[in-house]
Amino acid sequence: MTNKEQEFDTFPKLIRRNADVRPDRPAYREKEYGIWQTYTWKDVYENSRSLALGLVDLGMQRGDTVAIIGSNRPQLYWVFAAAQAVGGLPVPIYQDGVADEIQFVLEHAEAKFVFCEDQEQVDKVLSVIDKCPNIRYLIYEDDRGMRHYKQPNVKSYKDVQAQGAAYDQKNAVFFDAEVNKGKADDIATIMYTSGTTGRPKGVMLSFRNMGEAGRLSVEFENLTENEKVLSYLPMAWVGDHLFSYSQASTAGFSVNCPENAETVLTDLREIGPTYYFAPPAIFENLLTQMMIRIEDASAIKQKMFHYFVDVAKKCGVEIMEGKPVSFMDRIKYAIGDILVYGPLKNTLGFSQIRVAYTAGAPMGPEVFKFYRSLGINLKQLYGQTESCAYVCIQNDRDVRPDTVGPPAPGCEIKIDDATGEVMFKSPGTFVGYYKNDEATKETKDPDGWVHTGDAGIMTDDGQLKVIDRAKDVGKLTDGTLFAPQYIENKLKFFPFISEAVCHGHERDTVTAFINIDLEAVGNWAERRGISYTSYQDLANRDEVYAQIKECVEQVNKDLAIDSELAGAQISRFLVLPKALDADDGELTRTRKVRRRIIAERYETLINALFSNVETVDIESQMTFEDGRQGTLKATVKVRDADTYPAMRAAS
Amino acid sequence: MTYQDVKPGEVLLAVDNISLSFGAVRAISDVSFDINKGEIRAIIGPNGAGKTSMLNCINGFYHPQQGTITYKGQKRSAMKPYEAAAQGIARTFQNVALFKGMSTLDNIMTGRNLKMKSGIFSSMLWYGGAQKEELEHRRYVEDIIDFLEIQAIRKTPVGRLPYGLQKRVELGRALAAEPELLLLDEPMAGMNLEEKEDMCRFILDVNDEFGTTICLIEHDMGVVMDISDRVMVLDYGGKIGDGVPAEVRANQQVIDAYLGGGH
Repeated sequence: MTNKEQEFDTFPKLIRRNADVRPDRPAYREKEYGIWQTYTWKDVYENSRSLALGLVDLGMQRGDTVAIIGSNRPQLYWVFAAAQAVGGLPVPIYQDGVADEIQFVLEHAEAKFVFCEDQEQVDKVLSVIDKCPNIRYLIYEDDRGMRHYKQPNVKSYKDVQAQGAAYDQKNAVFFDAEVNKGKADDIATIMYTSGTTGRPKGVMLSFRNMGEAGRLSVEFENLTENEKVLSYLPMAWVGDHLFSYSQASTAGFSVNCPENAETVLTDLREIGPTYYFAPPAIFENLLTQMMIRIEDASAIKQKMFHYFVDVAKKCGVEIMEGKPVSFMDRIKYAIGDILVYGPLKNTLGFSQIRVAYTAGAPMGPEVFKFYRSLGINLKQLYGQTESCAYVCIQNDRDVRPDTVGPPAPGCEIKIDDATGEVMFKSPGTFVGYYKNDEATKETKDPDGWVHTGDAGIMTDDGQLKVIDRAKDVGKLTDGTLFAPQYIENKLKFFPFISEAVCHGHERDTVTAFINIDLEAVGNWAERRGISYTSYQDLANRDEVYAQIKECVEQVNKDLAIDSELAGAQISRFLVLPKALDADDGELTRTRKVRRRIIAERYETLINALFSNVETVDIESQMTFEDGRQGTLKATVKVRDADTYPAMRAAS
Repeated sequence: MTYQDVKPGEVLLAVDNISLSFGAVRAISDVSFDINKGEIRAIIGPNGAGKTSMLNCINGFYHPQQGTITYKGQKRSAMKPYEAAAQGIARTFQNVALFKGMSTLDNIMTGRNLKMKSGIFSSMLWYGGAQKEELEHRRYVEDIIDFLEIQAIRKTPVGRLPYGLQKRVELGRALAAEPELLLLDEPMAGMNLEEKEDMCRFILDVNDEFGTTICLIEHDMGVVMDISDRVMVLDYGGKIGDGVPAEVRANQQVIDAYLGGGH
């Protein structure tokens, strides 16, 4: 038993096993030249082997850091395997980060080798290379536009592999010996958190962490080598690493990389994944688009669609969860499956899905139920980088929109009595923060309990309900609990609202910044013949304000039912003239709100919200897509919203 | 205005003293200029200066009444546009001229027409050599799609695409002919800043990666000055300036033509 454990306790060992037991099974696919190019497990093994030896030939030592910057490409996943095989530390970096953000991670992690997907990333790294003295080589995967880069420290992926193949000829036993040196408690990778507050922290995860989280979740969901996943979320995000690397090498299933960011939906349909992950926003977008297209369909089709969607609403979830449903309903659902649900799922690329996850933010209960009623097994997942994204998973037969499920196998959860903070203990618990023992001590206590920073409640039957970030939960002056994210999420359930920021800590009332969703509001405006010239113009229209006011008041009505939060209704709001953007530092790369920065930048607007003024002028710096800076000047309207007296839930 | 020093590199195409009239209207009068192999050559000028007429002369659509055009050292007689295409001159149009009902892929594929050898029947049956040939051409077209980053619209009918993307597809179709000389008629007209920047990058990349010689007409002075090796300025059918961007920018006649003075 011990021997067997040792045999497969690192990912390079698992990949070697896969190359041995399932050499011809597809491991990674990427769409290129309009065709899906398949790499088998044998290809993965051979490619990562030559790459690893190429790195060794370039002078890599055990313990050296290897940074990876790029979108999801099979070749970049192999860098993980290659680096780990010879004792390197792979560090994935968010590829849409600006040079300054990338520089921080490269410098902090002391990266010696940097793998870049293409010219864009190479340029970014070259622009900061003077400040990162540790960097020895830049290795690029896509050679387009690279012919004029003559620097000796810039190399192509293929050349490094060729160098490695030559090394292998001379020293054929070296690679296996290096792989065998790997142990479960070695650090497998350092993942940088997105950094909601301040600079990102490097989370060190061992092979045991990533491997156990992978193995337990594979067992929990019965994943086999026949699964197909679409890998399109950032490689630097721990969830993608769990699905597309850890679970894939454990179960031996295939990972499919889309052609580029714009083709994801087409590629999704072509692949038809059996196992799928998307943040709530994507599911909500899909539903919005679906509804827009149904409105354009013929009357008969519309009627049919709405009839069968109602049937599904009534009994779809019950049928999937194996609960008793009347014979008539079953027949109706079966017909609906042929006429509506089946074709719909096919169009979305969801026909083959066995398990779909959503995480990162709560999802609108209506949206959640809609997908489940179509027979798509959509579930919520709870976890963070510090736990390898593995703490709670919902059971197939007990899925609720408002909880994230019971603790996953091997995990324990408790709620801190004093602060209401969620704490966990799990096999995925991280080793520590890289070069930051202080933060490690603050987060992980000696018994192994990890502070998540999330405020949560445990339901009576042992399911976790996450409310907000603990440090964001505040109090109004009258003592009412103020959970901004909870309210913001309620606002974001409306298709018109893409982002919201609530204020209220140590204030008399709650107020909100709203970001409109350009596509949804734009479409709505077009249908009504409301003309607009820009985002700013649209955001400032009275018609739009009226719509947003309705949304805000609906949220207030919902809050009024909630006894604890009834006092925290939104009394005033404004629509921001620009979309909050990660490039301006207002959001993190994973699109979480950075409250402190927003509070500083828009102080005048916040003051206006807590006064009686009708309009307010602001000037703000903004960054364009190409990195240039500009100034935004606008007059913003501030509007009141009706609040409602607190009432007990009807039930 | 005298000739500026010509950069090293052989003259690919030389236009000598050509004049073109439509009845009493003189579109081009006595203009000479040349295009060197491997350069990006711009033709600028106010509306109605004769820029498009010049391109039409080069690719054989118009036939100048006077003067000669020498292409690759050979004086050309009056030729048809398809003959010019066969000799390696491809172009795009001011008003996009694509097959609106066909997909991006098919539109670019039509650019391969001259390179296709199999007959109509074997093509229809998709049999033997025709099949192999089509796969080769498809591979080339896919390279262009990858190059122009239009994978997401591969199967979309071009009529449904926004204008900026249609322009890009048109460039793709011209590239599919593997041209030696690429004529671009206002490749950036009607585009927003971001689309213009993308298009500039593609033009520079085409020039760099494929070594294609490019002659373009453009209104946006900033763009022209940034990406061209040499610029020729037309006004009322006559040449009023020619040289590297800095010289043209300093030329008083050019400034007058653009600011409306001096006429």
